[in-house]
Amino acid sequence: MIEISEVSKAYGAGKARFMALNNVSVSVAQNEFFTLLGPSGCGKTTLLRVIAGFVDPTEGTVTMDGDNLLALPPHRRPVNTVFQNYALFPHLTVRQNIAFGLEMLGKPKTEITDTVEEMMALVQMEGMADRQTSQISGGQQQRVALARALAPKPKVLLLDEPLSALDFKLRKSMQIELKRLQTETGITFIFVTHDQEEALTMSDRIAVMHAGSIRQIGPPREIYDHPAERFVADFIGDTNFLPVKIVTAQGSEAQVELGSGNRVAARLNNAHNGGDVTTLAVRPEHARVVPEADGLMTGRLSNLVYFGTDTHYHVDLDDGIRFVVRVQNNTDMARVAAQGDRIGVTFPAGVGQVLRD
Amino acid sequence: MASDTGFDVKRQYGFSTIAVICFVSLYLPVILLVVYSFNAGSSVAIWEGFSLQWYRSAWANDQVQDATIRSLVIAFWAALISTSVAVLAALATTRVRRFRGYSAVFAAINQPLMVPEIVTAVALLIFFAGIKVQTGYTGLGYLILAHSAFCIPFAYLPIRARLQGMDLTLEQAAADLYASSFQVFRRITLPQLWPGILAGAMLAFVISLDDVVITEFVKSAGQDTLPTYMLGQLRRVVTPEVNAISTVLLALSVTMVIAFFFVTRIRK
Repeated sequence: MIEISEVSKAYGAGKARFMALNNVSVSVAQNEFFTLLGPSGCGKTTLLRVIAGFVDPTEGTVTMDGDNLLALPPHRRPVNTVFQNYALFPHLTVRQNIAFGLEMLGKPKTEITDTVEEMMALVQMEGMADRQTSQISGGQQQRVALARALAPKPKVLLLDEPLSALDFKLRKSMQIELKRLQTETGITFIFVTHDQEEALTMSDRIAVMHAGSIRQIGPPREIYDHPAERFVADFIGDTNFLPVKIVTAQGSEAQVELGSGNRVAARLNNAHNGGDVTTLAVRPEHARVVPEADGLMTGRLSNLVYFGTDTHYHVDLDDGIRFVVRVQNNTDMARVAAQGDRIGVTFPAGVGQVLRD
Repeated sequence: MASDTGFDVKRQYGFSTIAVICFVSLYLPVILLVVYSFNAGSSVAIWEGFSLQWYRSAWANDQVQDATIRSLVIAFWAALISTSVAVLAALATTRVRRFRGYSAVFAAINQPLMVPEIVTAVALLIFFAGIKVQTGYTGLGYLILAHSAFCIPFAYLPIRARLQGMDLTLEQAAADLYASSFQVFRRITLPQLWPGILAGAMLAFVISLDDVVITEFVKSAGQDTLPTYMLGQLRRVVTPEVNAISTVLLALSVTMVIAFFFVTRIRK
C-alpha cells in the first residue's frame, strides 16, 4: 500500500554531506503494524517525515496505492501523525483539538460532533471534551493526540516515538492499547521507536535501521531469532558472538566449527561458503550450562548474576570469549555450579545464527 | 545561584551607593515634575500649595486638546500600520529557510534603531517636501507614514521573539491535519501570536506618542502633536501646565508598559 523506493536524503554538501537516509526501500501493507526500529540518528524519524511530507527526499519515490505521495504537500496527504511531544494545540480544548482535522476537511458539523464522540470513546477519554489540554495528564494528552490523528480516518497513521514520554507502567498499558486501536480501526500504523521491546510486542513487521539504511525487515520473531547481521543481533536483545568457521553451507543450513573444535548445525540466511570465517550469534536463553564433559564449549564460571526471573551465568570460555547463559529460575532447579568452577556450555543444533559480515 | 559561587554583587563595596545614585538620577526629576504639576503657583520651582488648576487649564486649552487628539490619531494609525508590516516581516524572517542575506534583511528592518533620528528626519523632510509640491497634499498622512516607519522595529522585535519561541511542531501538526498554509496561520499561528502582536502594537503606540524630532521636521503648519506643542510652549514661558500634560502622558505610558508586561507574560 505504501511503497518507499530507493529513498535517500542528504543534508549539507561536500565534506559535510550527511546521508540521513541512504537508498531505503520498503513496502508497508494495508492494515499492518509496521515498526521502524533503530538507535537515535539512524534515520527512522527522517523516513517518517518523508512520508508525512515534512522532509523532501533527495532521491527516490514514495507512493500510496499507486499515487505519488511526494507530489502532494503535507496537508493533502491521507496520512496523520502522532508527534513525539504530542503537539496538541494549547489554545484549543480537547474537543477542538480532535475536531481540527475534520474541520479542515470541511466535514459537516453533525458528522464532526459524532466522530469526536466516537474518538473520545475509542481512546477512553469520555467526559474530558471541554478540558484545556494543559489540564490533563501526560497519558491523557497522549490519548488526545491519538484521537486527533485518528479522527480524519487516515489510511496510514504515523507514530513518532509516541510512548517515550510516558512512565514505565503507562507505557506498558499504552502498548497494548495501541495494538488494540490498530486492530479495531484497521488503519495501517507506521511506528517509530528506539525501544526494541516496544517493537517486538506490538509489530507485525519490524524494519531495523542503522546509519540511514534498513538492515533487516521481518516479523519480530524472525528478527529476534534470526538476525541477519551483527548490528541487528546486538541492538535487539542480548547476544553472544562466537567466531566460527563454516564447514559446509547448504541452503539455510550450515555446519560450523566453534573455537573449541566442536561442530554444530546453525542457521544461515545469506551467502557463505565452506571455509569462510565468520560470526555466530547465540541468544543467552537458547544456551544451557552443563557439566564440563558435556559442553560444546568449556570454560570457567566467572560470575553469577541474579535477575529475579532468571539468572545469568557469565562463562569465560577457553578461547577467551565471555559467553552469557540465561537460565530461568525454576523452584526445583538445583544449583549447577559455583563461581570459579569449570563448566560446559551447550546449545541445540539450529539455534545459532550465522551473521552476514 | 550567585550564592553557589560565593559571589554576590550586592555585597560588593559601593553597590548600594551606585544603585541609589542611579535610581535618584532616573526618578527624582520625574518625581519633581509630577509634584510641581500640582503646584498652586505658576512656578515650576517654588512650591506654593496643592492645586489641580494646571490640569484644569490644560484640559480647557484648545491647543492642548487639538494636539492630544492629533497625537492619538497618529499613534493609532502608526501602531496599526507598523504592527501589520511587522507581523509580515516577522513571519518572513522566522518561518522561512535561512536565506542568503538574512542578516542584511534583519538589519534593514531594524534600520530606524541604528540610523540617527535626525538623519531620518531631514531625509523625510526633503522627501516629503518634494511630494507636497507635486501633489499639493498637506494632511496628516506624512506624519502617519513617518511614524509608521520608525515604529516598525519596535513592533517587530516582540512579535519575532514570540514567533521564535513558538513550537514549530504545532504548525506541522496542523498541516498534517489538512490545514492549508493560510489555515495554519489563521487557526494556529495567529491565535498564539496575539500577545506578541498586542505587545508590539502598544510599544509602537507609545513610541509614536513620544516622538519629537521626526515630527518637528515632518509636520506642516498647525500639525503640532502633544510633544511638539509642549516643546513650543517651553520656548516661551514655563508654567506647571506642561508638568500636568507630562504627568498625564507619563501615566498613559506607564499604563501601557504595565499592560505590555502582562501581555508578554501570557503563557506561551
